[in-house]
Amino acid sequence: MWRLEPRSEPSLRMQVLTPVLAVVLTLILGAILFAALGKNPVAAMRIIFVDPLLDSYARTELLVKGSPLVLIAVGLAVGFRAGVWNIGAEGQFIMGAVAASAVALALYDQPAVWLLPAMGVAGAAAGFLWAMIPAWLKIRFSANEILVSLMLVYVAQQFLIAMVSGPLRDPQGFNFPLSRTFHDSAVLPIVIEGTRVHVGVFITLFVAGLAFFMMRNHVVGFRIRLMGDAPRAARFAGVRPGAIVVTCMGLSGALAGLAGMFEAAGPAQQLAPSLPIGYGFTAIIVAFLGRLDPVGILLAGLVMALTYVGGETAQYSLGIPAAANETFRGMLLFALLSVNILVHYRLVPARRRTAR
Amino acid sequence: MKLRTVFAAAMAMTLAAGAALAQAKDHIKIGFVYVGPVGDFGWTHEHDQGRKAIEAALGDKVETTYVENVREGPDAERVITQMARSGMDLIFTTSFGYMDQTIKVAKRFPDVKFEHATGYKRAHNVATYSARFYEGRHVIGLIAGHMTRTNTIGYIASFPIPEVVRGINAAYLAAKSVNPDVKFKIVWVSTWFDPAKEADAANALIEQGADVIMQHTDSPAAMTIAEETWKSPDGRKVYAFGQASDMKEFGPNARLSSIIDNWAPYYIERAKAVLDGTWESKDTWGGIREGMTKIGEFSDKIPEEVRKQAQAAADAIAAGTLHPFTGPINKQDGTPWLKEGETADDATLLGMNFYVEGIEGQLPQ
Repeated sequence: MWRLEPRSEPSLRMQVLTPVLAVVLTLILGAILFAALGKNPVAAMRIIFVDPLLDSYARTELLVKGSPLVLIAVGLAVGFRAGVWNIGAEGQFIMGAVAASAVALALYDQPAVWLLPAMGVAGAAAGFLWAMIPAWLKIRFSANEILVSLMLVYVAQQFLIAMVSGPLRDPQGFNFPLSRTFHDSAVLPIVIEGTRVHVGVFITLFVAGLAFFMMRNHVVGFRIRLMGDAPRAARFAGVRPGAIVVTCMGLSGALAGLAGMFEAAGPAQQLAPSLPIGYGFTAIIVAFLGRLDPVGILLAGLVMALTYVGGETAQYSLGIPAAANETFRGMLLFALLSVNILVHYRLVPARRRTAR
Repeated sequence: MKLRTVFAAAMAMTLAAGAALAQAKDHIKIGFVYVGPVGDFGWTHEHDQGRKAIEAALGDKVETTYVENVREGPDAERVITQMARSGMDLIFTTSFGYMDQTIKVAKRFPDVKFEHATGYKRAHNVATYSARFYEGRHVIGLIAGHMTRTNTIGYIASFPIPEVVRGINAAYLAAKSVNPDVKFKIVWVSTWFDPAKEADAANALIEQGADVIMQHTDSPAAMTIAEETWKSPDGRKVYAFGQASDMKEFGPNARLSSIIDNWAPYYIERAKAVLDGTWESKDTWGGIREGMTKIGEFSDKIPEEVRKQAQAAADAIAAGTLHPFTGPINKQDGTPWLKEGETADDATLLGMNFYVEGIEGQLPQ
């Protein structure tokens, strides 16, 4: 038989291998699930994971679907490295979308080139400020940022509904809780003609690159990692924990807010109660699947986007229910968490007892 | 590549010309986009019943498929696009929030026919349809007015849009006509489908004294809560109505009747029209007469004479001799809306954004 034996230090190889292992494990478990539903598992896997990569339109949609996940996850990962647990990116995403939309709608009659940058600043600032609430409460009262940031998601959701039912509602919209469609000057330019790939996708890639550089080569990145790996040592090295909390919460909040702005001004082009669809939560899975590394997160975002885009196709072409796709995504997180143990432990054959 | 583009353009023009000649087809593919799961036992479930009815009626001439749980907004645009690209001939998008996305995608796929439920934007290849649910609200409002003992009717509402406000007003006027002391308590849950929120709202309404629950949301959660009250020995027995679907299995005791959305006749007719090449963009708003709004079986708990009255009202609406909005009716602030004997026109009903006189509380605006 086998048993687990602690490693003397975490295995670097396993850190890279476990996400791959998790995806493979999910594929196997998913295949069993689809087979149990009476669907051809090979066809299902091909439709979900291969076909979207081969189809030109689906490929662009992977970028559209994946980019908010990546943008949020990159910010979250920085915090997670430092042991700052921002679980409320969804709320910061919403506040960013609301603030950016408010700017777009307030300046509807003055279309100008600086409108989009102003919306971006408003979105990022709103996300930043919303994240400062749990940050401040943590520094001042040692309040748990996991709980506070999570609860603020629900506050943000109510705020969004209040805004689209009130000040930001389309006056000609029959009282429907929707904003009017943004003026063209408040819509993100499309980069690939005939698709929905907007400039936000490329800004996301740029931000991921910046984060990669910051975490590897910049002193801020060093401090953040030190804080996460050895908080006491960090304190002796003069790292102020409060500053790290503000940096991590602020950065992740601002990026989530920016993602909200991209979503509102990109594919949606209006503010609606249905705008937030859990990107802030899914991004947590993406961050861990990507091993909290910006490059890993890019790949993880792609895998996650595949499960959505391919999952939809699997629904109408194979009749795989939406719930099975959700389960499938859940399996991915489960597999990831369970194989994670291999980073700190190794499987060894259990020694037989020889003497009796 | 270039040549192919030119060829495609030429094809498109030929097809556009051909469309005018109304080409019949032997086989069509039909796609449905659903906002909830087909197992919601409410709104989406009934649309899926309509889909199955097409298959049953037209057999191997049609192939139908669906995507469920599609969020309104950017995701919907992708799903509708993917369906159109996959060679569907007819696509039903069955939630109000798909309106702009449907119009957007339809522009790019002029040869595909689209049907959007409950919206008001049309195009040459986008038709709209809905049912006059308020006619059903009138009938169950009558029953509710008779059956309440606390004179308090709880109403779980989704969004303050004309369709929902219309339902509240129609139900209130009918209840009030048979019970002058009746009061409505309205909870806005800001969602179409969220069983947990709907259940919370039902509990809150019961605590506030409501003993009849109506809903304009998609799940049977409120029915389940009402049924629970029948199991406790000392509790107030609460009644409820099935919404969109009959929901009898969720409230064998609590359910009084139901408003059933019956999309099957319309769906079959539209699928046939595409097969025959006679499909045209139009707006359809059918009610009890057309069979799009159906009243579910009356429970034995309703007294005989009330059942008769409710049935008579449904029959009169179908015959066109009764309109649920017949004056004199004042708006909530007391200003006159309809004069004695005057009936509401469709335009006012479609844009209804006010409560009628007697309803308490402010309409969220």
